[in-house]
Amino acid sequence: MSEPVLRLTDVSRVHGTGAAEVHALRGVSLAAYAGELVAIMGPSGSGKSSLLTIAGGLDSPTSGSVEVAGQDLDEAGISGRAKLRRTSVGYVFQDFNLIPALTAAENVALPLELDGAGRRAAQKAARAALDEVGLDGFADRFPDEMSGGQRQRIAIARAIVGDRRLILADEPTGALDTETGEDILRLIRARCDAGAAGVLVTHEPRYASWADRVIYVRDGLVVDEAGETPDAALAEEVEA
Amino acid sequence: MSVKHALLALLEKPRYGYELRAEFEQRTGASWPLNVGQVYTTLSRLERDGLVEAGGTDAEGRSLYQLTEAGQAEVKGWFDTPVERTQPQRDELAIKLAVAVAVPSVDVGKVVQQQRNATMQALQGYRRQARSGAGDDLPGGLVLDRLVFAAEAEIRWLDHCESRLRRAAASSTAPEPVQPEGESR
Repeated sequence: MSEPVLRLTDVSRVHGTGAAEVHALRGVSLAAYAGELVAIMGPSGSGKSSLLTIAGGLDSPTSGSVEVAGQDLDEAGISGRAKLRRTSVGYVFQDFNLIPALTAAENVALPLELDGAGRRAAQKAARAALDEVGLDGFADRFPDEMSGGQRQRIAIARAIVGDRRLILADEPTGALDTETGEDILRLIRARCDAGAAGVLVTHEPRYASWADRVIYVRDGLVVDEAGETPDAALAEEVEA
Repeated sequence: MSVKHALLALLEKPRYGYELRAEFEQRTGASWPLNVGQVYTTLSRLERDGLVEAGGTDAEGRSLYQLTEAGQAEVKGWFDTPVERTQPQRDELAIKLAVAVAVPSVDVGKVVQQQRNATMQALQGYRRQARSGAGDDLPGGLVLDRLVFAAEAEIRWLDHCESRLRRAAASSTAPEPVQPEGESR
């Protein structure tokens, strides 16, 4: 099997010191491969969101290592991590995190422009990404003019634009009704089927069931795993 | 489940037994396979009870069944009456967990986790069925949704059980196994 797009090895994260010490993660190891969607489930405070912010280089582990697309995030340094976030990692959050003063296309083009792409090329890629999530014709609208489902689609377009290899989604359906949530998962799943690796944090079993593997986190530890292992998935591919 | 009533309802137009079975399976997304023997046994009981009658044969000589007036009234009554909740005391999972909590040698957390994994795998199976087009037609889709919602509810309940067990364990100072009522002091 090829190298995983995301690999966490024995990752721990401790906040505070002494009596106020909180162990958000206690030695978590996890890999996500290209073409695979992994769901992480657990109660509030179990560490699932910490895991995602560390996987995307938004936070650093106290110990252990994180590799994205073969690159060690610690060795990459601050600027290397920032570049990786702009080019290889796409985030989808529960509350969309769109910039209200920018149009849909401008929101989606932003990471490309920050990475130095020309305005015209960035706009073209942004419009293609909006088409892909079913928002053709909405490129020049502002987020406030759109429904929650449409705003989350913009966020997904922003997460996939520029061919990102790792999609990290933190409760992306939290603010949406069931049918709209299903549409959002369908888009994330399609991106993984097209070759990205996806990690989905959710507390909703119905959305977790879109994943190839479901990992349960409790008190900062991976307690168990349900669904296919990567090896089983590979065996199926070989048979097919 | 009332196969009897479902078959009756599908006799809104005269059908022969094999056709009735195919119709039932197609409408319910093949979630509850029927064998044709079951269909004919049910039909003969319905005929005995005066709810259906033989309605001649089709062009290929197959015996058709049709609703009697009493049968039509029975179908209307079925749709007009809510389905009764199944008896909770027959729920094996609830019994197993209740007993597990009471038996000190059992790791209840493990029982919960194993069940949750199994139910999640079932849910993933429904998802695969839906993605392969099994729920694309409206009746089949509604049946598949029902299975998804039921599996989802079970996983949520298991999450809830786990959280109650953990609270109970945290609040008990004595080194004894978890008590069923976590809140009682």
